[in-house]
Amino acid sequence: MIGAFQGDEGQFTLQHISDLSQRFILQAYRNSIQVSLVTAVVGGLFGFLLAYAVTIGGLPIFVRAMVITFAGVASNFAGVPLAFAFISTLGRTGVLTGLLKSAGVNLYSQGFSLYTFAGLSLTYLYFQFPLMILIMAPALDGLKREWREASENLGATGLQYWRHIAMPILLPSILGTMVLLFGNAFGAYATAYALTGGTLDLVTILIGAQIRGNVLYDPGLGFALAIGMVVIMAFSIGMYSWLQRRSERWLR
Amino acid sequence: MRRRRFWPWFWLALGAIYFFVPLLATGEFSLRAQRDAFSLLAYQRVLQDNQFISSFLFSLRMGILTILFGVLLIVPTTYWVHLRLPRLRPLVELLTLLPFVIPVIVLVFGLIRTYSSPPFRMTTTPATTDILLIGGYMVISLPYLYRSVDVGLRAMDVRSLTEAAQSLGAGWGTILFRVIMPNLRTAVLTGALLTLAIVIGELTLAQYLARPAFGPYMALLGQNRAYEPAALAIMSFGMTWAAMGLIYFLTRGQQAQIGGGH
Repeated sequence: MIGAFQGDEGQFTLQHISDLSQRFILQAYRNSIQVSLVTAVVGGLFGFLLAYAVTIGGLPIFVRAMVITFAGVASNFAGVPLAFAFISTLGRTGVLTGLLKSAGVNLYSQGFSLYTFAGLSLTYLYFQFPLMILIMAPALDGLKREWREASENLGATGLQYWRHIAMPILLPSILGTMVLLFGNAFGAYATAYALTGGTLDLVTILIGAQIRGNVLYDPGLGFALAIGMVVIMAFSIGMYSWLQRRSERWLR
Repeated sequence: MRRRRFWPWFWLALGAIYFFVPLLATGEFSLRAQRDAFSLLAYQRVLQDNQFISSFLFSLRMGILTILFGVLLIVPTTYWVHLRLPRLRPLVELLTLLPFVIPVIVLVFGLIRTYSSPPFRMTTTPATTDILLIGGYMVISLPYLYRSVDVGLRAMDVRSLTEAAQSLGAGWGTILFRVIMPNLRTAVLTGALLTLAIVIGELTLAQYLARPAFGPYMALLGQNRAYEPAALAIMSFGMTWAAMGLIYFLTRGQQAQIGGGH
């Protein structure tokens, strides 16, 4: 912590913090936040829909057990092996890339690349949406059947039920979990490193470069980068626990 | 109450495709090491690689030590908080959430900056670096281990058990190791399995502390080889699956475990 405000001789300085406004660093923060936001929102929505499908969507009970188990595995299947899996699927010589090519769709000539923003987001989603399922399924179970029946007795349509009863109750936990997903992606390093080899500027990758000292080594800057991350993470965890408290009022 | 079943099945199908396509593709890819024929060559090469075995064993050793020290630290602490300091529980819970707030890369940066200069100088020899590594792993696995133990302790009547043991003349050591621990077997095992899975797959800490662990080995392999990484991914998926299956079996599905080192 203190390191972020210390100069080379240990004097107090705000230099490192102001260094954060350099172009490539801002870009790295922007990339990190963008990837995290996109995967949190998309993964959150998709995970929510799947959680809905297996809880109150009327699918057979064994499907639910299966999905929950798969989600448990997928949310833990991350880091280097996950990157490998996506490289052999959608990388330049990947299986799916090859299949699509023989079907007449050349992904890479159309501007897609696994090693950029889109590919990274697609990869992150693999551990993002299962996490959403794991957290949302119990929340959806908490929706009491009586509420729906009561609203139907009062003449509400399905849409009205969702709009005025279910959504207001679920919203805090949906948003809260999305915040958690955001943090989850924001702190991710191993997947990004193994996937892009450190070529895409993310905050975590930049800190890594500062430690290894291969680009403009400056430990103070590393500290400042780290502080920036911790501030963002602390903010999101704060949001999460606040939303969590709100959702606990109804979901018991 | 019958509703249309189309959309739930649709989302499920989409999820299944997204989940299985990369796995199938990776599986196929890993069998392609030999030209024009499917073979297990890539797996063979991986398993015969000396570095594979040595780095895996290294990570396994680190994982076991992490679990050992983690359990020794967390079980008595959580027990004491449950028994005597229930008011501190929110604080302890907040502390165990900290590893989620502080990304691993920040943690390792701090570790290196703090312990590489006097008065500590711990990054100079492998043995002392390993201590740092285990310390870091303990921090990463803290939330998982704590949560399992906490759930386990909640499921039993800590106070009555303690008082019963005390009135039979047991000391603290006896209470902890012969009364509390046996009751926590499942909880500790669950946490331990998760910890092991995390430690073995972990890249960041080991890479920057420059220790020959499994994560850096995998990353290196990924940069230099084509088919072996796919085989490794499939094997590691199998291991994750086994660990989750064991946890599921141990807790009979009561506890959905969340986490991992991304």
